[in-house]
Amino acid sequence: MAKKTIMLGNEAIARGAFEAGVKLSSAYPGTPSTEISEYLAKYDEVYTEWAPNEKVAAEVAIGASISGVRSLACMKHVGLNVASDPLYTFAYTGVGGGSVFVVADDPGLASSQNEQDTRMVARSAHVPVLEPADSQEAKDFVKFGYEISEKYDTPVILRTTTKLAHSQSTVELCDRTEVEDKEYSRNLSKYVMMPASAIVRHLVVEDREIRMANDACDFSVNKIEIKDKKLGFITCGIAYQYVKEVCPDASVLKFGLVNPISRKLVDKFMSEVETVYVFEELEPVIEEQVRAWGYDVKGKELFTKQGEYSSNMLRRVLYGADDAVFEKQEAPARPPILCPGCPHRSVFSVLNKLKIHASGDIGCYTLGAVAPLSVIDTTICMGASISALHGMEKARGKEFIKDWVAVIGDSTFLHTGINSLINMVYNKSTGTVMILDNRTTGMTGHQEHAATGKTLKGDDTYAIDLAELCRAVGVKNVIEISSFDVNGLEKVIKESVNGDALTVIIAKAPCVLLKGQKFPNKCKVDPDLCKKCGACMKIGCPAMTRTEDKKVKIDPTMCNGCGLCQNYCKFGAIQTVEM
Amino acid sequence: MITKNIMIVGVGGQGTLLTSRIIGKAALAEGCDVKISEVHGMAQRGGSVVTFVRFGEKVNEPVVEEGMADVIIAFERLEALRYSHFLKKDGILVVNDCRIDPMTVVIGAKSYPENIIEGLKEKHSIYTIDGQAKALELGNSKVLNSVVLGFAAKFIGFDKSVWLDTVSTTVPAKTIETNQKAFICGYEAEH
Repeated sequence: MAKKTIMLGNEAIARGAFEAGVKLSSAYPGTPSTEISEYLAKYDEVYTEWAPNEKVAAEVAIGASISGVRSLACMKHVGLNVASDPLYTFAYTGVGGGSVFVVADDPGLASSQNEQDTRMVARSAHVPVLEPADSQEAKDFVKFGYEISEKYDTPVILRTTTKLAHSQSTVELCDRTEVEDKEYSRNLSKYVMMPASAIVRHLVVEDREIRMANDACDFSVNKIEIKDKKLGFITCGIAYQYVKEVCPDASVLKFGLVNPISRKLVDKFMSEVETVYVFEELEPVIEEQVRAWGYDVKGKELFTKQGEYSSNMLRRVLYGADDAVFEKQEAPARPPILCPGCPHRSVFSVLNKLKIHASGDIGCYTLGAVAPLSVIDTTICMGASISALHGMEKARGKEFIKDWVAVIGDSTFLHTGINSLINMVYNKSTGTVMILDNRTTGMTGHQEHAATGKTLKGDDTYAIDLAELCRAVGVKNVIEISSFDVNGLEKVIKESVNGDALTVIIAKAPCVLLKGQKFPNKCKVDPDLCKKCGACMKIGCPAMTRTEDKKVKIDPTMCNGCGLCQNYCKFGAIQTVEM
Repeated sequence: MITKNIMIVGVGGQGTLLTSRIIGKAALAEGCDVKISEVHGMAQRGGSVVTFVRFGEKVNEPVVEEGMADVIIAFERLEALRYSHFLKKDGILVVNDCRIDPMTVVIGAKSYPENIIEGLKEKHSIYTIDGQAKALELGNSKVLNSVVLGFAAKFIGFDKSVWLDTVSTTVPAKTIETNQKAFICGYEAEH
């Protein structure tokens, strides 16, 4: 009997790639896709790596595919935007060895800046999409993805969502099937996408999509369950589970291949079932096609395009009431915050004191937007902090950015920030860029990158020196400073924003959650000296609270002893003590 | 077997994820179909976190919704209050009796509600434990989760031996003994 175990959706995807004989995987971390690479890295048979960004990861996978092996690239939904340039043309060339891109959508925005639906991108790129509904399907669909990738000569997207990626369910394990490398032969009309070849390949793409849509009625990943003929659902992915929860007796057409969808299956289902709801998270991708084929279905007029679906949501629409018994209680919100001892807090406390606006980026430091630090003014996408600051200066003049800096993390800087910095140098910007170098990709859970000196597999490698990199592209003023040197930071930031030369300040201190660090010190308040002024509370450290007499207290189990609060107590009431 | 719905709520960093994994693995060891839903990324950074474990003959959706929870294990009082409406009519609320102020309270924008436990008692069956004190008695504040899980285990089911086996295969090897001790400490605490 096959071994049954319980697996995270992302772990099952990694297992599926392993079992399918994948030999190479490249990825950039992004919630909720990150763990796929971390699990896959444990298999010695598969070469896995972190790339500096998703475009690079996609191209690495494309190269591996052309050379004849099965390859994988993993990214979150917004990562696909970065990788869409290679993806669109990969759809034209098709594959050598099978190639799957896992793209993780985030309905409900657990950790993202938008709620885009990857199926829309895939439709426009003419790339087939598979969408599993639990961990077993996640593993099976990856393997199926490689089959159709090679059979139809196309890259395949496996779309997941946060609930799928971060849920665990039972999976039966199989052995790895080694797949023989395909012979490489030079093929200009397939792999050199100059206009003369691409114009022909475009027809191949169109033809392939029609063939696949026709064949899809027999694909094992699609299924029709005919039960109650009065009520039916067309659904896909995790939304299927809510349908089964609420209406176990309803008829269901569940698409595993969500692009292209099988019209034959829709025709069959609609001919048998009276009232049909299309139940899909985010965009009405299936619904609009079903309607275009002339069917009257219920869909987005009842179900939102925003957020995650739920069984109670479906109950409310169908029955006008959900399962809740008790009323929701009023409770103060508990939003995510920077950790105690976080070096970003130290930098932000200085920016806050100097009343400086920050053009922000993607990472933990986005948390500096909210009170009490209130420093970050903009968050758009990876790398945008630097280029947006440049845009402000060029639009409004250099005086406009005298109280602005750009703030970006080390991993994000290497992802796409470096391009923006090159633009600042080239086009004579005078702005101030702060690289908050915490030696890791923090928000996604501590992944290595090109400046940490370690690979995904844990091997030692060359660590890019960020200061030297900035100098090499032509930045004359590059300052390296400890993130906790608040006086030094204040001085260099003042000088830099008031100066007339482009400056990069690299504020360095490791993320407090990085493994292997010791925090022997704790900060302690002397209640006799505390004047209850609250100046120390303005740094927004979660280890600090007020006692009933309004004096400040520091929780020793939470404090990491960074000592930042000490800098903001002019009465000397806070000491750092060794525990 | 009717599906059993468990929720674990707390503050990011309290280790609620490990607790849900232990419950899920125990259910799997007992031959159940299991689904666990976790929270990663942004929500972990000191924010309010909730994880779900569902087990039974066949489990569909991976989350527990309002009105479905048989047992809620809350690692903090305010989080118990926040999610109490997820309980079913006769659901059980197990609370680790501690207070962690959210940033909205720290900066004075909101106040931490008074008498949370007393208020919840009027509507629900509540069992409280000072897990931190018990863990410190055992000499290790990091085994708080195992103490609280041990305390809640009686309401979830399974034999003690199943729990102890599962703890041993889930926690880091070096900490097996201390976590098992902590589990027993919670298990044997007065309810």
